[in-house]
Amino acid sequence: MAKNTSSNAFRKIDVDQYNEDNFREDDGVESAAAGPDESEITTLLTQGKSVEALLSALQNAPLRCKNQNVKDHALNITLRVLLSIKSTQMDQAIDTLDQNDLIDVLMKYIYRGFEIPSEGSSGHLLQWHEKAFAKGGVGCIVRVLSDTNRA
Amino acid sequence: MAETYTFGTSLASITCHAWNKDRTQIALSPNNHEIHIYSREGSDWKLADVLNQHDLRVMGIDWAKNTNRIVSCAADRNAYVWTQGDDGKWKPALVLLRINRAATCVKWSPAENKFAVGSGARLISVCYFESENDWWVSKHIKKPIRSTVTSLDWHPNNVLLLAGSTDYKVRVFSAFIKDIEEPPTPTPWGNRKPLGQLMAEFRNSQTSGGGWINSVSFSSDGNKVCWVGHDSCVSIADATNGNTVIRCRTGYLPFLSCEWVSPTSVVVAGYSCVPLLYSLTADGKLVLSGKLDKSQKKESSGITAMRIFQSMDRNMRTENTDTVVDSIHQNAITSVRLYAGDKASATKVSTSGVDGQLVIWNVEQGGINGGMRNLQI
Repeated sequence: MAKNTSSNAFRKIDVDQYNEDNFREDDGVESAAAGPDESEITTLLTQGKSVEALLSALQNAPLRCKNQNVKDHALNITLRVLLSIKSTQMDQAIDTLDQNDLIDVLMKYIYRGFEIPSEGSSGHLLQWHEKAFAKGGVGCIVRVLSDTNRA
Repeated sequence: MAETYTFGTSLASITCHAWNKDRTQIALSPNNHEIHIYSREGSDWKLADVLNQHDLRVMGIDWAKNTNRIVSCAADRNAYVWTQGDDGKWKPALVLLRINRAATCVKWSPAENKFAVGSGARLISVCYFESENDWWVSKHIKKPIRSTVTSLDWHPNNVLLLAGSTDYKVRVFSAFIKDIEEPPTPTPWGNRKPLGQLMAEFRNSQTSGGGWINSVSFSSDGNKVCWVGHDSCVSIADATNGNTVIRCRTGYLPFLSCEWVSPTSVVVAGYSCVPLLYSLTADGKLVLSGKLDKSQKKESSGITAMRIFQSMDRNMRTENTDTVVDSIHQNAITSVRLYAGDKASATKVSTSGVDGQLVIWNVEQGGINGGMRNLQI
């Protein structure tokens, strides 16, 4: 039987290091997704079609991509769209996203957006969060936490 | 109305529980190395026996109805088969699991001639009794499991085995032991039969990572499988329909346990503390069709800020430390078992959890009838 000890160093020992086939994430996934099309989204934004722009950004989100630069680029585009949508338009946007099963993706970008705050962005994202939460419930937040494909 | 029970004087959480055939006795583990057997006496429970053989926390208990044997597995890497002597006391027999990590779950096969143990050693031990040597031996299913096996269930044909794992996948294996049984008839899952044959494999989510699998269950006819994962989703796959997966992304905290209560509906429960009923609709969707915990409705009457301050004022508290949850279970539910009926038509289910309570729910009143009313056929 193991003895109780105040040391917790043993928890850091990698007991699996000598195993021949350790668990690795599936790396066979195609990472061809280049993320959202910036010029298309800029065009949509200048035309005032911000909901369409958001839809396009989230539909092409490179969630399974392993390249951090691609992800960061997509994040910047998506954040720009999110922050350009006024709170009066949010409900309409959320309804559109709900029909396309994209609330989970939106929630991922909201949390990622919290990590890199800019002037006034967090307050705006909190409004998004409130509305996305009202639609998706806590399950939506759980899926941000549990999913290995991060935004 | 739901019946609520606690056992003994301690309020230790119940790791897992299992019923005997006529539901007069229950085996449960109070979150330690012991297994307690309680007998029902009216509305009371009397401690009948304490099974004290494991060294570390008991992870799984299953009670074979007809042969009246209990199998238990624990984090000490051992499993025991318990048989009752003439004096009513339970005697253990060690099972040779041959694993180097904790055992996590155990399930008797429907014919009760073998059982399966899942473990952190990334394998499933399929165990059977070898009469020549008078002990329980095991055969391993290893490939392609790549992480801890968290949950198991048997197909009604006594051969196919369903396993959920922390590598985000649910798999259907053949667990055919040629030494002790006749070859099975083909099923929609396929007709290859050697032990360890992978019959089907499902990712928790096709489009995203998905999260660990917490619980799996075969439907009453064995053609459908249901699983719940740590991403708050409930999924059902149908072998007679090309293994199509129907997935419901719920708005609740993750579920830890699932069980079929009719050919088209499952009870799921977990960190939300309330058992929920999900049903398949005629147009192939999986929808929430009922809540077993009716006390949840209090919520709508409102926990307003004013009410909280009133309550604090009344009790002269300076901090709001009111931690009562608006449901019968006060903490996460870790296991769901059928109490009356079978997977094809269950009328009562029992749940136990971290709050140390055992609750017996009425499925008929709580969900199926209520849910059917909303169904359009």
